[in-house]
Amino acid sequence: MSQHFPILIVLLPLSAALLSPFFSYFHRQAGKWVSVAALAGAFLCAVGLLLQTLQGGGQAIHYWFGNWEPPLGIEFVVDPLNGFIVAMITFVALFTAIYSTPFLKKSNWLYMGGYYTLMSLLCVGLSGMTLTGDVFNLYVYLEIASLSGYGLIALGGNRGTLAAFRYLLIGTIAASLYLLGVGFMYAKTGSLNMADLGVLLQAQMDSPLILMTVALLIAALGIKAALFPFHGWQPDSYTFSHPGAAPLIAGAMAKVPMYAMLRFFFYIFGAQHLFVQHGLFIVGVLGALGIILGSVMAIAQDDFRRMLAYSSVAQIGYIAVGLAVGNLYGLIGAVLHIINHAVMKSSLFMVIGGIQYRFGEFRISQLGQICKKMPLTVTVLVIAALGMIGIPPTNGFFGKWYIMLGAVQSEMYVYVAVLVISTLLNAIYFFRVMENVFVNPPANLKEINPVGKFELPLQMLIPIVIFGVAILALGVYNGVLVNEIVKLGLPEVFLR
Amino acid sequence: MTELTVIDVRPFLAVGVSFLAAILIMLTGKKENVRDFWSVAAAFIKAGLIFSMVPAVLNGTVFEFTLFQITDTLGFTLRTDPAGMVFACVSSFLYIPVSFYAIGYMRGHHEKEQTGFFAAFAVALCAAIGIALSANLLTFFVFYELLTVATWPLVFHARNEEARFAGRKYLVYTLVCGQLFLAGIVMVYVFAGTLDFRAGGILTIDMAPKWVLQLLFLLMILAGAVKAGVMPLHGWLPSAMVAPTPVSALLHAVAVVKAGGFCVLRVIGFVFGPQLLAELGVAEILAWFAAFTIIASSLIAMQQDNLKRRLAFSTVGQLSYVVLGAALLAPLSILGAYYHIVAHALMKITLFMCAGAIIVTTHKENISEMHGLGKQMPITMACFTVASLGIAGMPLVIGFISKWNLALGALQVNQPLYIVILICSALLALSYLMPVSYLAFFKKNQHGNFTKFKEANYFMLIPICVTATLSVILGIMPNFGPHLYDLATMAAESITQGWIGGGW
Repeated sequence: MSQHFPILIVLLPLSAALLSPFFSYFHRQAGKWVSVAALAGAFLCAVGLLLQTLQGGGQAIHYWFGNWEPPLGIEFVVDPLNGFIVAMITFVALFTAIYSTPFLKKSNWLYMGGYYTLMSLLCVGLSGMTLTGDVFNLYVYLEIASLSGYGLIALGGNRGTLAAFRYLLIGTIAASLYLLGVGFMYAKTGSLNMADLGVLLQAQMDSPLILMTVALLIAALGIKAALFPFHGWQPDSYTFSHPGAAPLIAGAMAKVPMYAMLRFFFYIFGAQHLFVQHGLFIVGVLGALGIILGSVMAIAQDDFRRMLAYSSVAQIGYIAVGLAVGNLYGLIGAVLHIINHAVMKSSLFMVIGGIQYRFGEFRISQLGQICKKMPLTVTVLVIAALGMIGIPPTNGFFGKWYIMLGAVQSEMYVYVAVLVISTLLNAIYFFRVMENVFVNPPANLKEINPVGKFELPLQMLIPIVIFGVAILALGVYNGVLVNEIVKLGLPEVFLR
Repeated sequence: MTELTVIDVRPFLAVGVSFLAAILIMLTGKKENVRDFWSVAAAFIKAGLIFSMVPAVLNGTVFEFTLFQITDTLGFTLRTDPAGMVFACVSSFLYIPVSFYAIGYMRGHHEKEQTGFFAAFAVALCAAIGIALSANLLTFFVFYELLTVATWPLVFHARNEEARFAGRKYLVYTLVCGQLFLAGIVMVYVFAGTLDFRAGGILTIDMAPKWVLQLLFLLMILAGAVKAGVMPLHGWLPSAMVAPTPVSALLHAVAVVKAGGFCVLRVIGFVFGPQLLAELGVAEILAWFAAFTIIASSLIAMQQDNLKRRLAFSTVGQLSYVVLGAALLAPLSILGAYYHIVAHALMKITLFMCAGAIIVTTHKENISEMHGLGKQMPITMACFTVASLGIAGMPLVIGFISKWNLALGALQVNQPLYIVILICSALLALSYLMPVSYLAFFKKNQHGNFTKFKEANYFMLIPICVTATLSVILGIMPNFGPHLYDLATMAAESITQGWIGGGW
């Protein structure tokens, strides 16, 4: 059983996605429980898988589909690094699925079943992208994730539909560009397996076709990750997506392409090649620009969700800068920030979703004294905001710390300056939120969904609190995580 | 004396106890007496824990504890070296009178949002002790940022436009410099390979080009200079006086600004080291800024009519004594700097508590309205006068001891000019603080509307008397109680290691 963990992570939610509408037809709630159970199973499998890789001393676990031997067959390759990221994805997906239940309490069986189908599929796509060891298989999962993402964004209402359509247009282009890149690599080597490609491509890294491939991959994965300047689709999509699904969409969806980029540049190509170095330099510059411009745009927003969306553009920039720094600490920072930012951004979307659920309000200027009405939620809001700014000991600080450390080691002082400026810009818009919450006179808020005994329904409150605790825990235990997990997954990169 | 490192959890308990108190305060917010009991209890336990470590530290023992690994290579570590103990003793001890005073003040003034106030207060104290006892720069930074975040709610406490603006100003100053400090920390780590404070410094001249080290010093000193209010970075401090007076007393006269001064001392003594700084020649620039601040702030203080603002500018000047003492790089001046942390804390907290007592009983904040107040509040004004004399550096009051050492330190490095500055500053201090006492005691009240006032209630009055008495006792016997003078001497000796300064 336990040797099948890699496939179960994908298979369980996939089955649930197919069964959810069917069960919902018979009982409106049944589809939901099937999905939640499957996501919980996937999460447990992911944790089990991570433990397996750690017990193996960081040795990668290879799982061959149908026992077909690669490079002909498809394989999942799990090292501590992507095991960790998958654990994070399934964690966010599980709690987002639980969290979104109150939003759906009035909807009919079809909506309910369909919603959970999309939710499970998104988890399938993201987990598959992270685990796979095959470049074409990655494309398949990329499309699964994208399509379910379009659906969940479109569920957010009229403006959501428009945002989804826009994302669909751009996202399709991204997928095609990626496929072109894969085609080039296949033409060069005749292989689609990542490990195999890594070996075969080494002799041909000077060919212009590789330059083309690097460019295509940056564009394709950059669009999917909403890396500046490819982020045009993202603010609308995050803002108007279904409020229940927003934590998963904003938290996990854009992080996985960045991880794919890490895999391509450092594991398959190897960062010592000139073209890859150029590519990484461009990624770093785009990241740095995104950090500054995303933060400035975030300051200009009054809609909390939109502010968070622009802040995501900036945070993706951190990861890009970490990749561009490219030494051990830079990559540790990038990976850690993938995890940290997913947790922080999800919790912030959960908080604003909760406020939206209870009061129908998401404008920052209308949150005066909401701390009196929702003390726990606001506590998590403060923790997450401090995390986003990067105040230790919240987790957000440590991603930055490692990236800065790497940047100084490689003498790229510009990135240090960018991170410092970005922290201050972050401080402006998050302390503005806190100022509105604590200092402003009480806002005139009407409850649209009465909530009974607690400040929010427990299905929402518990995930919010868990994420708040996770932000602190990931910060406090980052030393352990880096030493025991991330470093085990990375050395492979530096052997080449 | 043999240095002995003992693994002991007490430093963390001392930090944690007020953090725990903050949580309990939030949970029991509705029951006033229970809530206020927590902050008093935390104050006593905290001071008890700190003082219980003093005898061993005097004998050369160092208590150390690592709670967890904060990054892959660095520990979240607290250590009780003599330098840290000086600051920890002062802040933890003064927390006791101020927590009584705060109860009296907040109730007497019928302030709103008291629960949040006391909770943030406790967290700020937790951060201050953490700053004092941090064993490495990253732990130091964690508490430094925590202090910024925890004091922000105290600044905007009044929740009006002025308070909001002051809060923003405070954040801008402290966060900007905090981030520059962080950049500096990263660079130190890459150059030196460690962040552990070591008396005499961890950096050496061959670790980086000279100009990089000079730049690095600037980055790191900025953080301390902002919180210590060295001009031109002092702007936040007078604005922050909109906070309730206990905050001004403990945080803006002791914890926060002293954390800044302490940061400067840490950077100079434990990261760069006086010998490296003498080679780099940048400490001199800092000394100029400090000297300028000492004079300029006194001149500005004279023009202030609002008593709290006048005291704030006086704080700006006095903190620059600490910075100046550190920047002079002489053994005695560093001793003077450490002891001035103690001296100024006791005197300024007395002055602020007097100002608060006046505000609560008479609702007067301006000095020009205080004619004849000495008749109604003789004890308060007497304490005020004693502390004022101390600020000016009068013998037999604690302020004299530290200034004497600062002056001797200036002679040690052949910079007699700074003695002139110290003397000028003392005269200026007399000229801006004595008029307050003079007006109160010797001028007749023109309107006759003070007759109905009496002394403030005992919650406020007794703490004032305690701190005023202590500043006299310590002025006569500098080693009274926890041997702070010896601790400061030990700290200064460990930093200079027999090196007698000289040659910027």
